[in-house]
Amino acid sequence: MRVSLFVSCLVDQLWPAAGAATVAVLRKAGCAVEFDPRQTCCGQPAWNTGYTKDARALLKRTVALLEESDAEAVVVPSGSCTAMLRHAPTALGGEGSWSERAAAVAGRTHELSGFLVDVLGVEDLGARLERRVSWHDACHGLRELGLREQPRRLLKNVSGCELVEAPGCEECCGFGGTFSAKHPELSVAMSDEKIEAIEATGVDAVVSSDAGCLMQLRGRLEARGSSIEALHIAEVLASGRGA
Amino acid sequence: MTHLHPERFGENARAALGDEVLRGALRKATGLFGRQRGAAVAEMPEWEALRERARAVKAEALASLDVQLERFEERATANGIQVRWARDATEACEQVKAIAERLGRPTIVKSKSMATEEIRLNEHLEQAGHRPVETDLGEWIIQLAGETPSHIIAPAIHKTKRQVGELFAEKLGIPRSEDERELTRAARRALRHSFATAELGITGANFAIAETGSILLIENEGNIRLATSMPRVLVALVGIEKVIPRLCDLQVFLRLLPRSGTGQRLTSYQSLISGPRAGSGDEGPEEMIVILLDNGRSSVLADNSLRESLACIRCGACLNACPVYRQIGGHAYGSVYAGPIGSVITPGLQGLEKTAELPFASSLCGACREVCPVKIDLPALLTRLRADVVEGRAPGQGQRPRRPRRIEKAAFAFWRWLASDPVRWTLSMRVARLAQRAGLDRLLPPARAWRKGRALRPFAPRSFRERWKEDDRRGR
Repeated sequence: MRVSLFVSCLVDQLWPAAGAATVAVLRKAGCAVEFDPRQTCCGQPAWNTGYTKDARALLKRTVALLEESDAEAVVVPSGSCTAMLRHAPTALGGEGSWSERAAAVAGRTHELSGFLVDVLGVEDLGARLERRVSWHDACHGLRELGLREQPRRLLKNVSGCELVEAPGCEECCGFGGTFSAKHPELSVAMSDEKIEAIEATGVDAVVSSDAGCLMQLRGRLEARGSSIEALHIAEVLASGRGA
Repeated sequence: MTHLHPERFGENARAALGDEVLRGALRKATGLFGRQRGAAVAEMPEWEALRERARAVKAEALASLDVQLERFEERATANGIQVRWARDATEACEQVKAIAERLGRPTIVKSKSMATEEIRLNEHLEQAGHRPVETDLGEWIIQLAGETPSHIIAPAIHKTKRQVGELFAEKLGIPRSEDERELTRAARRALRHSFATAELGITGANFAIAETGSILLIENEGNIRLATSMPRVLVALVGIEKVIPRLCDLQVFLRLLPRSGTGQRLTSYQSLISGPRAGSGDEGPEEMIVILLDNGRSSVLADNSLRESLACIRCGACLNACPVYRQIGGHAYGSVYAGPIGSVITPGLQGLEKTAELPFASSLCGACREVCPVKIDLPALLTRLRADVVEGRAPGQGQRPRRPRRIEKAAFAFWRWLASDPVRWTLSMRVARLAQRAGLDRLLPPARAWRKGRALRPFAPRSFRERWKEDDRRGR
């Protein structure tokens, strides 16, 4: 299957290894991967902060760019950006044909783990990682896209990798986009509750599907002097390949 | 009296975060409510269908609210209830005050009611020399403490047993105790006396039923049963959004509300009151008055998207599920309605002049929407109100936000300009990376805010797009 990668700003700039891993995983699953370097940001930070005009302009730009590709699917290594693109038909309602165009793009846009499990039917990517890990359900992936079982199934098939559920794994990590900077103390307090639960499981790493959550969790873990790593699920699924 | 300052949400939240006793109490209580709710919902395979049904009934009621309200008035009047209308808080308070005045200096007992908190009825009555007594245990505690409720269904959720013990020792002159049975007994003794002498009972209502002209009140303590049957005169203050079309709709809401609120299958008491006593052989109050309160609701109704918030049945589940509320409690919101629903309702009813911070008091995690028994899309409504704040609009007929957000606005416009062109975007990211290496990001307020307690992740030496380009050049 030919897929177009929408890599997301945070992965592009801060977590490029997750982008490279996404490409590797998709190829391993038999996909041909395209990437249009003209892509920028889908507009989600503006949308969630109330800057709807700015957000709509960027959403339109992204829809126009993604519809140029005739790839069968658009894959995003982020539940949050996927949710924004899925919401685009509503967000662009009342803008002429944009809503329909956005709906066509939204219909073939998928978050990575959902794409692998639900669209391709792939659950075992032959990955290997000797690590005890805990899964953090990123809010938008979980509650907007319904991704609960998909990433867990993928992780359970990583040989050497033990998935240990932390209590409160479905709770918000405190990131929330601009919320994390508007209310830093509150945001950190939310992280701490989460991190304490993760630490209690004795895992080596927390794995998630959104660079925003990973940035928040790793940033706080580092400040607390913890050695627990934060990994993108693509990094886990791409590890040990070829071995 | 606690002063309510929604405009100081940030400050209030920071203060709350420093209060370990408060946070401990919140963690315990919201955790318990959440677990009990989960268990009560899990045993109902029809839960989703019930939520859909409830949502549909509320949507129907709100779409035909004028008709439902007139029907309610007609049927209630036929039952012998006096129905009054109040445009705003002042009108409602004046009406209640006039009733109290007519009775002389009546002993007034109140049941817990968010509508009366909203209009600050107690303050109003106290200024006129009356002494209304709250009879819900939690509400009575906060009345003694001179505070406002910090949770929709558990007003004293922020207080520990030790604090209540100290409060009772101070206000009631009883020996200090942390034994909940001892404390409850002390409260019962004091409240029984008020009930026995009560001449005026004031309540809210969970539902008003148009078909029968009745109101329904649910509770666990029996204080509402007493407050509605002992006094000679009963006044119920009912928000106009509380009306539902049919009696049989209660079978939906009575299954949803207790489970969502406390995780109970049913509350201990359900009081369906259809009018005053019919004759000497009948029971109940001699006189019953229902005040239908607007206070901003009709302008929320006129707003196509915010209208949804009027479907709220005040179960409090979204507060218990909210990771922000759980850290700071209700007082930080500076509104009687706290948590996610409060951050929608308060700006809806009051406008954004003082409440512009509230829609931003959320990480938009969506946990509230997941537990809402009437499926209110709270994250969408919070996002909508954020847009109102940014664009300086007023929701409904309320006030506009006071502070224009010039710097933030310019920042987003600049960012949009960068992201609208791939060359500009790529260049700007390189500049940002270099600036970060030079430590210049310390000048940026968002980066400074981030570093409060968190390490800032550096830009990667090579972005994904740069790697991709190089791989392309090498011919993969």
